[in-house]
Parts: sequence; structure tokens; C-alpha cells
Amino acid sequence: MTTFGPLAAISCYAALLGILTVAILTVTVRNLFHAAIFLAFTLLGVSIIYFFLRAEFLAGIQILLYVGAIMTLVIFAIMLTSRIGDPQVPQSNRQRIPVFILIAISAFFLIGAILKASWKTISTLQTTNAVELGKALMGEFVFPFEVISLVLLIALIGAIVVARSDP
Amino acid sequence: MNPLLIPLLPLISFAAIIFFGKWLKEKSAWVAVSASALSCLVSFKSIGEVIGGRNFHEAFTWILINRIPIEFGISIDPLAAVMLFVVTFIGTMIVVYSVGYMHGDPRYPRFFAYLSLFLFSMLGLVLSSTLVQIYVFWELVGLCSYFLIGFWFEKKEAAEAGRKAFIANRIGDIGFFLGIITFFYATGTMRFVDIQPEFIQAQAGSAILTVSALLLFCGAVGKSAQFPLHVWLPDAMEGPTPVSALIHAATMVAAGVYMVARLFPLFHACPEASQIVAGIGTWTAFMAAFFALTQMDIKKVLAYSTISQLGYMIAALGVGGMTAGTFHLMTHAFFKALLFLGAGSVIHGAGVQDMREMGGLRKSMPITFWTFVVATAAIAGIPPFSGFWSKDEILLSAIGSDHRIIFWILMITAAMTSFYMFRLLFLTFFGETRGKRAPHESPAVMTVPLIILAIGAAGIGLLGSPWAHHWIQNFLAGHPEEIQMNSFVATISIAASAIGLLIAFIFYILNPDLPKRFAKKYWLLYAASSHKLWMDEMYQATFIRWFKQIARFSFKFDEAVIDRTVNEVGRKTVWTSKIKNWFDQYIVDGLVNLTGRLTQMTGAVLRLIQTGYIHNYLFVLLLGVLIIGYAVFNT
Amino acid sequence: MMAIPLSHLLVFSALLFLTGLYGALTRRNAVGILMSIEIMLNAVNVNFVAFAGMLNAPPELGQVFVIFIIVLAATTAAVGLAIVMAIYRNQKTIYTDEIDLLKW
Repeated sequence: MTTFGPLAAISCYAALLGILTVAILTVTVRNLFHAAIFLAFTLLGVSIIYFFLRAEFLAGIQILLYVGAIMTLVIFAIMLTSRIGDPQVPQSNRQRIPVFILIAISAFFLIGAILKASWKTISTLQTTNAVELGKALMGEFVFPFEVISLVLLIALIGAIVVARSDP
Repeated sequence: MNPLLIPLLPLISFAAIIFFGKWLKEKSAWVAVSASALSCLVSFKSIGEVIGGRNFHEAFTWILINRIPIEFGISIDPLAAVMLFVVTFIGTMIVVYSVGYMHGDPRYPRFFAYLSLFLFSMLGLVLSSTLVQIYVFWELVGLCSYFLIGFWFEKKEAAEAGRKAFIANRIGDIGFFLGIITFFYATGTMRFVDIQPEFIQAQAGSAILTVSALLLFCGAVGKSAQFPLHVWLPDAMEGPTPVSALIHAATMVAAGVYMVARLFPLFHACPEASQIVAGIGTWTAFMAAFFALTQMDIKKVLAYSTISQLGYMIAALGVGGMTAGTFHLMTHAFFKALLFLGAGSVIHGAGVQDMREMGGLRKSMPITFWTFVVATAAIAGIPPFSGFWSKDEILLSAIGSDHRIIFWILMITAAMTSFYMFRLLFLTFFGETRGKRAPHESPAVMTVPLIILAIGAAGIGLLGSPWAHHWIQNFLAGHPEEIQMNSFVATISIAASAIGLLIAFIFYILNPDLPKRFAKKYWLLYAASSHKLWMDEMYQATFIRWFKQIARFSFKFDEAVIDRTVNEVGRKTVWTSKIKNWFDQYIVDGLVNLTGRLTQMTGAVLRLIQTGYIHNYLFVLLLGVLIIGYAVFNT
Repeated sequence: MMAIPLSHLLVFSALLFLTGLYGALTRRNAVGILMSIEIMLNAVNVNFVAFAGMLNAPPELGQVFVIFIIVLAATTAAVGLAIVMAIYRNQKTIYTDEIDLLKW
């Protein structure tokens, strides 16, 4: 049971705004390598949100997996495919404006719907820990857990097969 | 062994040679020989059964006319059996003979194909069970005859002779065809088994029956070369000699006689028609014998003698001697085939056809000579050779039915026959050799058939002699007939033959100058005979000229009226077509094209959607999600 | 008392999601599209975690799903990037508007 002071609230809102800013930079910046750096910051920011929501285990995983593993993969891909860093090449296609209009409309509806809805929230923030999570994974969710590990294995093999240069 | 095999074997041989002749080459002759020999054996078996008293009849319904079935089938009765014997036996002999005679001919296989086709047609004719069927094969033998007369079509005369034979036959055949129709109209049947004396007798003497009999006789006049359509037969000698022997002496020309004999009850029931038949037969016999007296071409003499003998048969049928006519048909087939084959052998050996360039062949061609002597004796009516018996039979039936004029004319004809045949014999085989090249005897493949036929020509007549109790007459009539030799007729007949022989002997052996003086003295008679009464010229000046004029007029009419009408119609059609074409091109095609273009345009627009770019698709997906979401939340 | 109300967090995650979507629709580069998809997945995760903390339900439920999604994101990244490599090898480009293999 943790309560937040006004400082915490302010810092939280600041984090949210910061994340949104880097996320927008990620999708719009010309240089793809820079975009990858901004993506890393976005993912880091999301882990901070997890901290605020007292989901420390998830925050850890987020940093380990995303910032550690997936970002490495992305940067590898960028490095391996040439022309990516070339600033002369346009990085966005010609449907920017229609997409932006659609996104704006979606945002309008979504925010409207979220704010209109009456959320039955509980007064205190529920927390959990790694032990509880581990029990849930090994108990109630053991079957999806096994399936997902299998999927991960298959994905690994598939990735190797697809990416192999010689057929 | 089905009698169906009899005509079928030559047909198979024909098909085999015509399709594989190039490959078979010389061997094709032996295909034809074996087919005809086998067919001969099968027919002997069938004949044996008929002699045993079992007539064969098997047919299926071919067409229905007013619910009256027209059959197609095979029937063998004594008459057909005799004819079958003649055709298959003599046919086989002649096919064998041809192997030698036609040796070295460039169209050697084709000759045997035609011979096989002819044998098939002739056997089909003989075995026919209805008038329609006989007509079909009748035309087929005519066609084969055309092919074979014009076999050496490079020769202008041969080609023209073929055409002449075909046209002359056609004139007779039109009558025959009309006769079949009339007969069917009068009696309602075409089956030979129905044509029995009792059946015909029911409407004897009716005008329509007489007309039909005369029309049917027209066919016989054409096919059997009776006056006035006899002109084609002498010209038909342009064909190869075996063909002359088989088709234009022994078998095909006898088809007319055979047909009249088949329909004998009909003729018997129409006395007026019978009178005309007898008259024409007698006149033909006499006239042709008269022509034969002065001919110099060995084959022409034989041709006229064939016409003359056919006249004998027709006359016999006309006076009511059905068995006599058929008997003479059989004996004649033997000795005339022998005569022709002998003549062929002579031509083969001496290389000429004109008797003035022969002479003295007796020594160089002994087998041919002796067989020829037998044949000459047979045709001249010297006992006991076959011709004597059958001729005697005819004379007997003439006198028996009280036709005295016919009897005497036939008797004179017999004397003339004897004269010209011995003239032929003396000119060819006796005296000095007048030919330029040295004659030689023919090979065995030709002489063996001669010998076999000579035995037949000598002996076959005995079947109808008193010693055999007139077996053949009884067989043909179907019941024992009371025939007695009339010693008066026999004596006069022998006398006539002897007189002919004697005159020929005097003219051509004792005093070879006599014929010339005789010809000078009776120049008109001589010219009449040698120019065949100018009948060809007469036809040329009248019928043929008229026909040509009609043809020319028809041609002009065609050109001026029909062609112009056709052209006009054509032009109008073209004009209409142009309008239709315009309509098609601009209206119909336009509509079709419009449809096509519309589809293309729609496709071009719709294709823009299919960019193939993933982000376009995603964009549309998002749009769709939005629309669905909007729709869901607003309801 | 919580730091911020649930609805504000949801608005944030919605905006984050739409940002990712915008990137996915406008990026020419296939790697860029994959990165945008990662952002979208994160927005969803934020939602899950917020719900897990603030709604009346066992908190493990939401967080377990987050774990699953992270795993799936990892597989997506691995397979997707492998595919990008393969495409690059075959087509000599990874710009989606230069690849129209989906076109008939």
C-alpha cells in the first residue's frame, strides 16, 4: 500500500509526456538508427511506468528483454541492411496525411470513450510479486505457459531457418 | 461354309489389292487367284446342295416401302447355280490365264483388283434375291466393265470404247430401272421367290405387266448387247483379252440373258412381250453373224459371234425355251471364253490382231490350235461338242412353239456361224505365215486354263444330251421334262454346220482368191457386212448429233438463263451480305466491344486498389476497423 | 491514493498505441514498421498493468498476460527481423513501397 505525493504525481505525468514525445520521435525521425535509440528510450520509459504501478518484476523483464534483447536485434538488422542510415532516402511513404487524419479521428473517439466510461476502480493499488506470479504461471496458467515456450522455441528455429543465407 | 463367302472372297481380294497393291506387286495376282479359286470351291458346295434339291434363300429386310419389305439377301436356285458355276469356274480359269497374259503390265495389281471387284459384283448379281439388289450389282458390273475396257486408257480408242459401253449400257439401264418400278407397282413384290408362274399368271396379259416386261428387257438389251444397243460390244474389245473373255463374252453380257431367264414367268405371261423378245433376239443373232462374216480383226469376229450367240439365247427365251436359253448360256460361256483366251494366246504369240497378218500358226502354237479347234467345233454346232446340244435345244424350242420363221432364220445363222468360225480358224492357223515376227507358244499359266476350258467346251454339252437323259434341262426346270430328239431338227442343224464348214474350206483353203472376187461381185453385201450396216455412222448422224445439239442448246440455256439467274442471286446475296456485314461490324460488334471495354475500364479502376503495398492494405484495414467500430458503438 | 487516475493512464496508452500505429502505417522501412509494432505492444502492456493494479481482480492475471505478450513480442521481433533479412537478400530492398509481391 503506497501513497503518492504531489511530487510523485507530477513526475509520473512528466514521464508519460516524455514517453509520448520519444515515441513520436521514434516513428517520425528520418534516420532509422536514431529511431532505434528513441525506441530504446520509449521502452525504458514504459518500464518506469511499471515501477510507478508497483510492478517491479515486469519492469525488470521489460528492461532485460526489450531494451536488452529486442533492441539489440533491431540494431543488428539496421546495421546488416544497407542504405538504412542514408538520410537522402525518404523514410515515410505518401499516405502520411490520410493516416494522420485517421489517427486523429481514432484518438478523438478513443479518448472520448475512455473519459466517458465509469471505471469501477478500487481505492488502493493492488500489487503482486515474483513469487505470486511464479505460482500463477506454474499453477493456473501452466498450459498457456508451456504453449508459449513452445512457440518461442519454434520461432527461434524459424528465425534461424528464414535468415540463413544458403537455402 | 456360308454361300455369303462366295461374293465376299473376291471383295476381300479387291480390298487387299487396292490398298496393298503397291506392296504386293506381282503377288497380288495370286491373291486374286486364290480368292476366286476358294470362291469357286465354296460355290461348288452350294451348287451341290442345290442339285440335292435344297434351294438356298437367306435375306434381311433392307427397306420398307408402304410396309412392303424390300429384301437384301442371297438365294440360290438351279438357275443361279448354273450361273454360279459358270462365273466362278470360268472366272477362276481366266484369272489364272491373266497372270500370264498381263505379265509386265505397269498396272498389273490394279488389273487384278478390278477383276476381283468384277467377280464380286457378278456373283452378287447372280445370288441376288430381289430385283433392286440385282440392279445394284447390275450397275456395279457395268462400272467394272467400264474400268476394264478402258484399262489401257492411254489408248484413245480404249477410253472411248469404255465410254461408249457405259453410255449404251446406261440407256438400257434406264429402261431396266423403270421396269423394276413398274413391276413393283404392278405386282407389289421384288422377290424372285415370289415370281412364280402361278403368281404372275393371276394378272397375265395386263398392259402394265407387258410394259414392265418390255422395260425390264431394255436392261437385257443393253447388257447383253442386243439390237439396237449392240454397238458397244465390238468396241469393248479394246480392253485386255482376258477381260473380253470373262466380261464381254462369258459372264457379264450373259447377265441380261440371266435376268430374262430369272423373270421368265413374267415374260411367259406376256405373249406380246415375248414376241418382241424373240424377234429382237433372232434379228440380233442373224445380223451379228452377218457382220462377223467379213471382219478381219480376230477379236471383232469373236465379238460379233458373241452378240450373235446372245441373240440365240434371247430368242430361245422369247420362244419359251427357258432351259434351252440357259443351257446355251452355259455352253457358250465355256466355248466363248476358250475362243477369247485362244485369241488372246494368238495375239500374245503373234503380236497382231489382224488375221491377214497371221496364218500358219498351227505348227508354232499347237496347244492353242487344238483347243481352238475344239472351241470352233463347239460354237459351229458340230456334234458331239457342247454347242451342238444347246443350239439344237434352242432350235427345237423354236419349232416346238411354232415359230417357223425364227427357226429358219436361226438355222441360216447357224450356217453363217459355222462359216465365219472356220474362216477364222483357217485364216489364223492354216496356210502360210504372213506375220512379220516369229510366233511362239504361250506359257503354261495360259495354256493350262485353255486345256481345262477345252475339256469343258467339249464335254459340258453332254449334260444336256439324251445320253445324260437331259439332266441339265430337268435340273433347270425343276422337274423331269419330256424332251425327245427331233431327228429332223438335228439333221438340218448338222447340215447347216457342215455347209458353213464346207464353204469356209473352199474359200480359204482350196481357193484363197475366191473371197476377193466374191467381195467384188457382191460389193454391196460385202460393204454392208463390213460396215456393220453403217449403224455406228447412223447413230452418229442421228442420235448422237441430236444429243449433241440438245446438249449444246442446254449449255446455252444454262449459260443464258440459269447462270445469269444464279449470278444475279449471287450479286444480291453479296449486297445483302454487305449490309449485314456493316450491321454486324458496327452494331453487334460495337455492343460486344462496348461490354468488353466497360469491363476493361472497370478493371482498370478497380486495379488501383490492388497496389500490392502492405501499407496500403493496412491503411484500408484501419479504415475498416474504424467504420465497424463506429457502426457498433452507434447502435 | 494513486499517483494518477486510471483514465489518464488509459488515454496515455491509447495515444502511445496510435503513435505506434501511425508509425506502422507511414514507415517505408520494414525495420521501422517492426519498431512501431513494438511500441503498439508496449501500449497494450501498459493497459494490462494499469488494469491489474486498479481493477477489482487478481493482479497476477493481468501481469501474466503481460509476460506472454512480451514473449510474443520477442518472437515477433526475431521472426520478423529474420524475414526482413530474407527479403533484403532476395529483393535487394526493405522498403515496402518497392515490394509489391502481393500484387496479383
